Amino acid sequence: MSFLLPCPNCGSRDVNEFAYAGEVTERPRESPSLRELASYVYFRRNVAGVQREWWYHRFGCELWFLAERDTRTNEVLKTELPPRATGGAAPAPGPQEAAPEAPAVR
Amino acid sequence: MRLPPQPHERIDRSQRISFLFEGTPVEAFAGDTIGSALFAAGRRVFTRSFKYHRPRGLLCCSGGCPNCMMQVDGVPNVRVCVEPVREGARVRPQNVAGSLERDLLAAVDRFGGPFTPVGFYYRTMIRPRRFWPHYERVLRNIAGLGSIDKHAERSDRYDTEHRRTEVLVIGGGRSGVEAARRAAEQGRDVVLVDDRGAPEVAGVEVIAPASAIGIYEGGLVPVDAGHVLYRFRAERIVIATGTVEQPLLFPGNDLVGVYLSSAVRRLVDEWSLKPGTRAVVIAADKRALGVTEQLQRAAIEIERVVDLREAQPRRIAVEGRNLRAVSIDGRETPCDLLVMSGGHQPAYSLLAQAGARIEYDAARGIFVPGDLPPDVSAVGSVTGERDGAAVPAASYDGGRGGKCFVCVCEDVTEKDMKRALAEGFDSLELAKRFTTVTMGPCQGRLCHLGSIRLYARDQETVEGNIGTTTARPPWSPVSLGLLAGRGHEPAKRTSIHHRHKESGARMMWTGAWRRPHSYGDPEGEAKHVHEALGVIDVSTLGKLLVRGPEAASFLELLYPNRFGDMKIGRIRYGVLGTDAGRIMDDGTIGRLDGETYYVTTTSTGADTVIEWFEWWNAVWGKDVEIVNLTGALAAVNVAGPRARELLGRLTDLDVSNDGIAYLDAKEGFVAGVPCLILRIGFVGELGYELHFPSPYGEYLWDVLLDHGADLDIRPFGLEPQRVLRLEKMHVLVGQDTDSESNVLEAGMPWIAKLDKDDFVGKWALEHVQERGFREHLVGFEMENGAIPAEGGQILLDGKPAGRVTSARLSPYLRHVIGMAWVKPELLREDSQIEIKVDGSLEPARVRLKPFFDPGGKRLRS
Repeated sequence: MSFLLPCPNCGSRDVNEFAYAGEVTERPRESPSLRELASYVYFRRNVAGVQREWWYHRFGCELWFLAERDTRTNEVLKTELPPRATGGAAPAPGPQEAAPEAPAVR
Repeated sequence: MRLPPQPHERIDRSQRISFLFEGTPVEAFAGDTIGSALFAAGRRVFTRSFKYHRPRGLLCCSGGCPNCMMQVDGVPNVRVCVEPVREGARVRPQNVAGSLERDLLAAVDRFGGPFTPVGFYYRTMIRPRRFWPHYERVLRNIAGLGSIDKHAERSDRYDTEHRRTEVLVIGGGRSGVEAARRAAEQGRDVVLVDDRGAPEVAGVEVIAPASAIGIYEGGLVPVDAGHVLYRFRAERIVIATGTVEQPLLFPGNDLVGVYLSSAVRRLVDEWSLKPGTRAVVIAADKRALGVTEQLQRAAIEIERVVDLREAQPRRIAVEGRNLRAVSIDGRETPCDLLVMSGGHQPAYSLLAQAGARIEYDAARGIFVPGDLPPDVSAVGSVTGERDGAAVPAASYDGGRGGKCFVCVCEDVTEKDMKRALAEGFDSLELAKRFTTVTMGPCQGRLCHLGSIRLYARDQETVEGNIGTTTARPPWSPVSLGLLAGRGHEPAKRTSIHHRHKESGARMMWTGAWRRPHSYGDPEGEAKHVHEALGVIDVSTLGKLLVRGPEAASFLELLYPNRFGDMKIGRIRYGVLGTDAGRIMDDGTIGRLDGETYYVTTTSTGADTVIEWFEWWNAVWGKDVEIVNLTGALAAVNVAGPRARELLGRLTDLDVSNDGIAYLDAKEGFVAGVPCLILRIGFVGELGYELHFPSPYGEYLWDVLLDHGADLDIRPFGLEPQRVLRLEKMHVLVGQDTDSESNVLEAGMPWIAKLDKDDFVGKWALEHVQERGFREHLVGFEMENGAIPAEGGQILLDGKPAGRVTSARLSPYLRHVIGMAWVKPELLREDSQIEIKVDGSLEPARVRLKPFFDPGGKRLRS
């Protein structure tokens, strides 16, 4: 693999900077049956085509984001922030107060 | 030795350089290559061939063929025809027993012919099987390329550089330079890569000598520039790799004295060398025939010129072991220089790798690239544009035998190709794998077209039907060192690292961290924590700050534990799990204020946990900030009965059991350093974990040791800590748990609050509860002194009943203790089990309560 992936923060970067975290799965909302649980935990669609998937910019800005990628050609159609994280209550990355010099100080 | 100065010669006759060939000094001029200098010194045989050990001389003189590969300063397979001379370089031949002139292994050529057809070793030497290793050793010595000096100290450093440019031009010939210049004039950012040394072009960055190894997915072009590998990404790639001159196939076409026209051109023009005295030229196109100009300039007699566009001879052959004459259609012409050229094949390999379609053009007799991908273009002769040229015969017969070489790299003859066809390898891809044609160092430059022509002729079809084999990187040879890059082994050191070294600690790896195993006396150090006072550097712990209005609910979703009800300033032990119910990591969670939690993780799990936290926050979008303080903060654990005494001396805080109770988190100053004090009991004694800014690491360490000197404070390492925690039956995630373990079966059911609405892993744990427990994590005590290995088998009535995860001799308890996964029926204090230790069964008893201080009085004292 040597394609480029656009990080929503940093722009187009070599795919080696990122960690791939698999296709987007739907976490059951309520207590699932054993079968539903097993299929959520273990089974993947593994499509030959466009797939929504998680990526993490591990050797970069450390952002989790979503990508739509054609698994046959590695063409990346789009990347975006996770929907809820872009919503109103979204934690904007990096207000300075979040990294105090020493949190332990009174 | 040299001709009078030639108009474009590359040598500087005023500058002398000398190097060693087989220990003998060779004189050269600046601008010479090792090959041209050896040639000037009279050398004509440069290598012995791969299989038959036939003498070989310069053939292409362009770094394409294998005929000049030598060992230079210990590096094998250096093509000396293009390797610039270096003062003092040590050069020696390879794959030779004796000397290049008298190679003892040449007997293979004389006598081995009929017995050594292609692939012979797979058939004739395979039985009896036990002899193969002996054959193999012999064959390996006879066949092959250079050898690697296994004891060589490599001082070379290789680096990788990631580059971006608008236009990347590969090939610095006329067309490449022109394309680069035009792009630069349009204001584009241009890089030109050339394997020899392209001229300077205004506004263009020239990287030379360097070669593009291939074109990979996403338009990645790795460029080998010797000790730097550039990974280029370009908006536009321009291929100007030109052509490769093809040899003619006739018996004796590999003899010393037979050259491609390009070789003669370079020898005369660039290094003012005279490759012979009487020449015959057989060539298929105008470009090659132009070599007569160089021959005349070098005062070489031109005995005969065969222009294949006008005359198509049927028979061409050189007989004998030395070039004395060439016989063309029965007519012998004496010569000591034979210039051959079967035309110029576009060097399309990079284009094919980029996705271009390669088609045979019957009229021109070459394969040409078409249907280029949108961001790739081709300029110059690589596109196939050229003057009219003849298509030579697939091979010429001499009528009297003799080896006719298709591939000089691997010594594949025309006969071998015929044999492959007879064996049924009718596809060229199969023939390639059977004969290894095109698989040698030239990567098909000189033999791909030739082998296709032979196959087309012998299968009575056209070249287009045979087709090309798949073009794959690397297009030019690349050293493994360059691909491997620099040897990076990340090592993390805590801010107190050097103090440990100074104290004579034995360091060990834990993940990427370097940590003290012990300070020389692991048993003594462990005992000392129980009896007096110890201090350990735990800066490697992962440290996270989780802050925000939803911090409590965020952590409650991540952990099976409850945190919302925690009082400010209190600590809780937490175990992280996955939705599969598996234990992932553990640590402590301290509540610093209403919205702030301080989370520690295991040392090796820190990175994973941070990614895990961030990921779930991306999923849930909670109003929470997560800050990684792992490197920003150092941490030490002061533990032992005298810990309070020491801490009291260094802080104004009330250190009484009411002031800082067990599982309290308190912020304050210790020796003037702002600290978060976590009172925890990982090692089973009264203990305070101090977390503070890393830069104070050595200072606070020194203060603790100084002020604790009269309390007999001693640092302890990781190994004693492991013994201490084992005495308390504290689980080590990853040691006592594996990817199948869950908190319920690991004996920590109080962690999982299954009455919570949701948390990661809840459903899986509910399922475990429903299905019943299959095994339990318990302690055990050996009845004798045997120490089982981790993973050791546990038996009950002779049947497997579990496995050991940890075992140590506790110097304080004077027992061998451990932890193990056992079957449910063994979950009973004192159950008798047997453990396999070094093949024999040793008795042991199950323990369910901590071995040391089961009531936990010491750590609450």
